[in-house]
Amino acid sequence: MDGSGIRQALSMMNERGSGEGAGYAAYGIYPDYRDSYALHVFFDNIRENKPLLDAALAQWGTIEHDEAIPTYDQPNLRAVHIPWRYFFKPDATLAPGSTTPEDDIVSALVMRVNAARRGALIFSSGKDLGVFKAGGWPEDVADYYRIEDYEGYTWLAHNRYPTNTPGWWGGAHPFNLLDWSVVHNGEITSYGTNRRYIESFGYTCTMFTDTEVVAYLVDLLVRRHGLDVDLAVRALAPPFWEEIDRMPGTEREWNSAIRLAYAPAMMNGPFAIVAANAEMMVGFTDRSKLRPMVVGECGDRLYISSEEAAIRAMEPNVESIMMPAAGEPVIGRVAP
Amino acid sequence: MTIGSLPPRYRISINQVQCMECGRCIENCPYGVFRQDNGRILINSRNCTACHRCIACCPRDAIMLEEHPCDYRSHPLWTREAREAIYNQARTGKIILAGMGNALEYPVIFDRLVLDACQVTNPSLDPLREPIELVTHLGKKPAKLDLRRRESGDVELRTRLTPNLRIETPIMIGHMSYGAISLNAQTAMARAAKEVGTFMGTGEGGLHSTLYPYQDNIIVQVASGRFGVNIDYLERGAAIEIKIGQGAKPGIGGHLTGEKVCKEVSCTRMIPEGSDAISPAPHHDIYSIEDLAQLVRGLKEATEWKKPVFVKIAAVHNAAAIAAGIARTPADAVVIDGFRGGTGAAPKVFRDHVGIPIEAAVASVDKKLRDQGIRNEISIIASGGIRGSPDVAKAIALGADAVYIGTAALVAMGCRVCGNCYRGLCPWGIATQRQDLVDRLDPDTASTQVANLLHAWTLELSELLGAAGINSIESLRGNRDRLRGYMLDESLMQVLDVESVGA
Repeated sequence: MDGSGIRQALSMMNERGSGEGAGYAAYGIYPDYRDSYALHVFFDNIRENKPLLDAALAQWGTIEHDEAIPTYDQPNLRAVHIPWRYFFKPDATLAPGSTTPEDDIVSALVMRVNAARRGALIFSSGKDLGVFKAGGWPEDVADYYRIEDYEGYTWLAHNRYPTNTPGWWGGAHPFNLLDWSVVHNGEITSYGTNRRYIESFGYTCTMFTDTEVVAYLVDLLVRRHGLDVDLAVRALAPPFWEEIDRMPGTEREWNSAIRLAYAPAMMNGPFAIVAANAEMMVGFTDRSKLRPMVVGECGDRLYISSEEAAIRAMEPNVESIMMPAAGEPVIGRVAP
Repeated sequence: MTIGSLPPRYRISINQVQCMECGRCIENCPYGVFRQDNGRILINSRNCTACHRCIACCPRDAIMLEEHPCDYRSHPLWTREAREAIYNQARTGKIILAGMGNALEYPVIFDRLVLDACQVTNPSLDPLREPIELVTHLGKKPAKLDLRRRESGDVELRTRLTPNLRIETPIMIGHMSYGAISLNAQTAMARAAKEVGTFMGTGEGGLHSTLYPYQDNIIVQVASGRFGVNIDYLERGAAIEIKIGQGAKPGIGGHLTGEKVCKEVSCTRMIPEGSDAISPAPHHDIYSIEDLAQLVRGLKEATEWKKPVFVKIAAVHNAAAIAAGIARTPADAVVIDGFRGGTGAAPKVFRDHVGIPIEAAVASVDKKLRDQGIRNEISIIASGGIRGSPDVAKAIALGADAVYIGTAALVAMGCRVCGNCYRGLCPWGIATQRQDLVDRLDPDTASTQVANLLHAWTLELSELLGAAGINSIESLRGNRDRLRGYMLDESLMQVLDVESVGA
């Protein structure tokens, strides 16, 4: 799929945005650099900020290739950053003792660079994937990056109505860390608890927005704690105790355990979230379903959206439309 | 005459037009303020403690109480309290005793913190329509879970969980011993705890057999005097608490005077009748953090690792580091008792000058444990000066899992916070062992009142949570983003990790 379809879909929901932030994430777009981490970076300027990042990356591995991300001026989009991409291979020997040395090096670099605020923000850091985002209407952002030029097998897109950090490119969705990208509609009322919890595991929240914790929580639960993705979702949007108390023996036991062990990871407030990695896409809402989420299927394709209209714009022949229950995850796995 | 008599602290007056000379005030005042003489009621205001018992009993509202009816020359430094303490000590040469909590006018941090509510961008929740969960689990929790998927698709939990204490509301009743308070008072609170689905502490006074029916809702305490502790006692409790210190008197032990050690108290405490019950300042088997860890393990071993063990410390300057040490033992929860915590009796200098406020202590303990990546592995219980549901919400937002109340529960049973608990003459039947006074407290009525209080606070908590768009108490825990400081100084806001109002 190239990016034109999702651009069209997103444009159906412009009344959900304010023209101050939009973005896309695509998986499978860098086959030539499949084994390198594709780092997408916003530079404030090239002369002062880039040499610092070059040096940091060179310390921890090899830059296979780097270049400006091709952009095309749009009359309604004011370019405040210079989007750049690196294809980077970390030196695994620099993280001895780790079972995932490359991931550890890259995620630590992302945290450090972004927390340092030296005019460089790494907003995408996975392999064979990329996030494209900016401040503007979805169509303008799509045209700015010409996302129809990218061929991917999983796409995420988001249209923002910012209230906290309008116009800031770093605040636009999707948010990404390593393999996981997240788009989110809502406001997480438990952000203060979630942020403090995730920061005690070495993550640093730098984007001034609640969505970034979702990306880190998913990374923690799935990559570092080894939970299946549906169990990770269960930790983030768990059943009410009332339901758990009615469950039979072992089911009650592991559901209680999830609530006890991951209480500070649980997300409160209204949200619909879609997260993706190379193998899957998962959508879920808060456990009271205070934000909409619609799921469509057509052939081997899965669509998850805030509105049915967007799905129909992208796939007029959609075969089924359903609305999952609150907190119930919808998981699509990429066929091998 | 060197010092002479000091002005009485209170003045009691009777409106003679209203008074019908029924004599209820005379019967009810154990301090001897009233007496009958030739058909008239005479008053000795000097004996008054402002317990309000007479006012509460007077059918005609004829009695009036006035505090400080006689002025001293005002002086900002040499206050009335400072001068009277000196007169007192010049006469006696002794340590001044006091009851209840800290009585100095420190600013109340809780009152300078405001809570948040939702508007537009996230919806507030209506507790009448949406579930709001206040259920709290106290105890050790694993840092991560080992959950495997069997071939059948079933989930297998490979992590063994430690037994937790489940409370339906994050409010428990703290430890007040039989001896310090009456059996009727303890019974009333135990019944209330059972009704509400929460817990009550025994204090260091043993467990009287009257309370056995409520033992599943009782936390038994092991303190430095080890009064009342044997294996039966440990096994009856739902959890065990090791008391290292108390917010009202950090660093010192306890003293129950022999007059309060009646036959029943002597039995539950396992000491001779009429003997003073003196708890030493330290536990004589705990002189280091590893000694504490041993006692925690010892108690766990004695009860076959089935019961949560809490460790209670007074909120002192170094509370955060101490709590981090406790978190490394098998202890399930650390109780932090702030400097406003109540007491039956404490030296006034300790009550008023030693320790730190619970708000700052909880915030720094929570932060220290998070910095060390172990916050969720142990529970934090905050106590000392919790007056209402907003204090509960604020304590939880600052990082506590739950709170203990003490004084508030006594007030629900009639206590007027007169602060004379150590005298053993409590006219409300709470802090006394004199049978005629104890009989004044009906456990049925008193338990209903305590349960009402807990219900009311629980309802208010649900409303506060719903308004903040939060449907589960754990999402408020440590969520300092939902607090703002109002007229707090910069350094304190840093400690509390809250922003200013408007920020």
